[in-house]
Amino acid sequence: MSCSTSSCDSYVSTTNACKLCKPLGACLAFRGIEGAVPFLHGSQGCATYMRRFIISHFREPMDIASSSLGEKHAIYGGEANLKQGLKNVMGKFGPRMIGVATTCLTETIGDDVPMIVRAFRREMSEEERAGEAPVLVNVSTPSYSGTHMEGFHAAVEAVVKQVACGTEASGMFHVEKDAASGETRKLNRVNLLPGFVSPADIRHLKEIFEDFQVPVIVLPDISETLDGPALEDCPKIPDGGTSMEDIKDMGRSAATIEFGRTLLNGPTAGRYLNEHSGVPHHGVGIPIGLRETDAFFSVVEEIADRVTPEKHALERGRLVDAYVDAHKYVFGKRVVVYGEEDLVVGLTAFLTEIGIKPILCASGGRSDRFKAAIEQVTAGLLDEPPIIREGADFHDISEEAEALSPDILVGHSKGYSLARKWKIPLIRVGFPIHDRFGGQRMLHVGYRGAQNLLDLIVNAIIEKKQEDSPVGYGYM
Amino acid sequence: MQSVIYKEREDQIYRKGEQPYRMACDRESLAGAVSQRACVFCGSRVVLYPIADAVHLVHGPIGCAAYTWDIRGALSSGPALHRLSFSTDLQEKDVIFGGEEKLYKALIELIDRYEPKAAFVYSTCIVGIIGDDLEAVCKRVSREKGIPVLPVQAEGFTGNKRAGYLAACKAMFRLVGTGDITGVSPLSVNILGDFNLAGEIWIIRDYFRRMGIETVANITGDGRVDDIRRAHGAALNVVQCSGSTMDLAKMMKEAYGTPVLRVSYFGIEDMAESLYSVAAFFKDQDPEMMDRTRELVREELSVLYPELQKYRKGLEGKKAAIYVGGAFKAFSLVKAFRLLGMKVVLVGSQTGTPEDYEELRQITDDGTIIVDDSNPLELSSFLKEKDVDIFVGGVKERPIAYKLGVGFCDHNHERKEPLEGFIGMLNFAKEVYTSVMSPVWRFVPRKTGRS
Repeated sequence: MSCSTSSCDSYVSTTNACKLCKPLGACLAFRGIEGAVPFLHGSQGCATYMRRFIISHFREPMDIASSSLGEKHAIYGGEANLKQGLKNVMGKFGPRMIGVATTCLTETIGDDVPMIVRAFRREMSEEERAGEAPVLVNVSTPSYSGTHMEGFHAAVEAVVKQVACGTEASGMFHVEKDAASGETRKLNRVNLLPGFVSPADIRHLKEIFEDFQVPVIVLPDISETLDGPALEDCPKIPDGGTSMEDIKDMGRSAATIEFGRTLLNGPTAGRYLNEHSGVPHHGVGIPIGLRETDAFFSVVEEIADRVTPEKHALERGRLVDAYVDAHKYVFGKRVVVYGEEDLVVGLTAFLTEIGIKPILCASGGRSDRFKAAIEQVTAGLLDEPPIIREGADFHDISEEAEALSPDILVGHSKGYSLARKWKIPLIRVGFPIHDRFGGQRMLHVGYRGAQNLLDLIVNAIIEKKQEDSPVGYGYM
Repeated sequence: MQSVIYKEREDQIYRKGEQPYRMACDRESLAGAVSQRACVFCGSRVVLYPIADAVHLVHGPIGCAAYTWDIRGALSSGPALHRLSFSTDLQEKDVIFGGEEKLYKALIELIDRYEPKAAFVYSTCIVGIIGDDLEAVCKRVSREKGIPVLPVQAEGFTGNKRAGYLAACKAMFRLVGTGDITGVSPLSVNILGDFNLAGEIWIIRDYFRRMGIETVANITGDGRVDDIRRAHGAALNVVQCSGSTMDLAKMMKEAYGTPVLRVSYFGIEDMAESLYSVAAFFKDQDPEMMDRTRELVREELSVLYPELQKYRKGLEGKKAAIYVGGAFKAFSLVKAFRLLGMKVVLVGSQTGTPEDYEELRQITDDGTIIVDDSNPLELSSFLKEKDVDIFVGGVKERPIAYKLGVGFCDHNHERKEPLEGFIGMLNFAKEVYTSVMSPVWRFVPRKTGRS
């Protein structure tokens, strides 16, 4: 056994990481804001590598600007390049926001980015100020501390702190202070902080709120920016995303719903909105599977003060019907689930309730709340709990799972080599999906998402049985 | 419409026939301009990656290793250690107290686990700042484990990809000369600058075999540490690509007197020319080699030509754009498109040299845009202006083409079809044909005017 505790520390080296670096998550979050350009303060390679990685999943343009630091900047500081870079982005992209994330290089050389950004704003000419000067948001994302998910959440929190609840000090000059102070709370309007889910997921979530007739502000909203239509012109910044106006108005919403069980207890964007502007906060798990979706819908029902619309009630009914139709195909199958902590928690909730047995739940993240969250969503449904690993890489997962003889793997593309080695199906979910088509359109959340996942998993299991059989059954 | 071209970049763009020639290049990328370039680390990783029986350990936070995990189609005929991603995954405490001990332990652990022939240790941005002594750790581990452990000084910010090529060559040069060269044929070469993407180096090795030449070391496609150690035994270094391994050839020339031939295996003309020049090099030792080579080329072409004509029929007159990492590949692509009857209207590279751009100027037609270190805004505006039918580039260029409804051909390190050799030309034609002739273009807004 490679790990004796819930955290994988038995090896010094990391082999085939099950996580990405912090600034990547920040760039993804910034991409979900209307008119925003993600900007990395660091060397050119970071931006290019991350673009390549993200493009291979979404198959969409993903521009990330960089301050392109060279040797002399690493010695004397990157201030001049950061300012020049911001200026150049303003000049050619006409952004409404620039989201500046740091990298390990600029964190280590000690550049004070908030200060540089403030100075940049001061030095701007009257002319530049008078024009459409963008909001500047900065977030600290040293890659040696946390994964892409911490980077994602940190960027969302930075946007909330600096724009929704912004002050002059945070580098803004467009924010009207009274927007955040919440004189008149907009009854019925909801902030949704979904975390990192797919564009299809965001579209579905927006549809749910529309059906509840509840206006919603989704932050960030990558539904169009990372899954856009064919166009005659390639816009400099993709259309879509959460609008600046909406973000500035978040402090006046009736409630915030924030996804992610491992975020419980920590400081988050949703909690900040609560403390700063008094917006009631509802933390729920990513709504994957019946129970987690029920929990989400009941929060929406409460806020909207109306019952779930017939359309979704029907989807729920069909889902339960499908659970029954499928139960024998999947019962007792042994699954290894891996990926981002909150996604794994949601998937495990779903898999457990259809009768699949999670034997190993692993993540590269180390929130310290992963184990408790898995225990919560599997409580009462399992005879023996799965092995739970934080800070795991694919070498750990492989060593741990080999002896457990799993029947299926559920996670992103990077587990493929294990699926191939063990000759078992890999159900590709989450991010990245680099070896299949349509990852950006994968629906995970809501009753409809659970239906989609169920169909995928049941069919993978049936296909495996059919292929492995010498008979060639025509009915399965 | 406001121009998408930054003032600072105006002299990195040249329109042939429309202005006097001048071309600035080899500069640091403009901050904020979304360059398509990578970093020093990337350059070194690209060159050394295919060495399949070595451990490649990235000393730094997780990103650098995660984004380079199994990203290339560099095939191996045996061991496949290169397809694993190793990192020291530096954490905050390592940054504060130094990462040398972690590096040491990680190396020992990985060497014990995989028993590699050598280990390459890549430094990343942060290592350059915290000042870990890579050299000392590598020496210590090498002594303890009895295998070469080679530091690759590849701090990302110290330059662009080309600086990384040099770092990689320096690391490999330490291996060269340490192996036994008895029995190496006087008719022998090292293949430099081929990475065995989709099995390409096997095609080239087979041509050399048919010519009567022994290949000593693949540098680095399907590469092996022991072969590189005896590379100094080869009579000739045959170097492809935009200088990624040229530095090694120069070092070997200086130290061992190994002569150098520059070649390209892309396109019929360059492929044939490359083989002929190698045959010419050995003409004194083996006067019949040239005849065998001519026969080889004839054989290959007789199969190829009729097939090519089919594609040419559909593609004739279509317009192509090229944006690649190294300019050397662009030369061959310009010629390859010409062979297909197509017109190159845009050609650019991330890291071309003054000599590279001069050559591009000479081989392109009037009206062609030549660009250095371009970015998505420029590239999309050029594609639109020139009404391009197909764009050749890598992953980062693909969505630019597709979003505009333009065809695309992947000519990067991820490719799954060999594009080198005579067969490669046919595959290339097929790739281009597959994209250009698809019926889907008739539905895109660029053609229908409907978004």
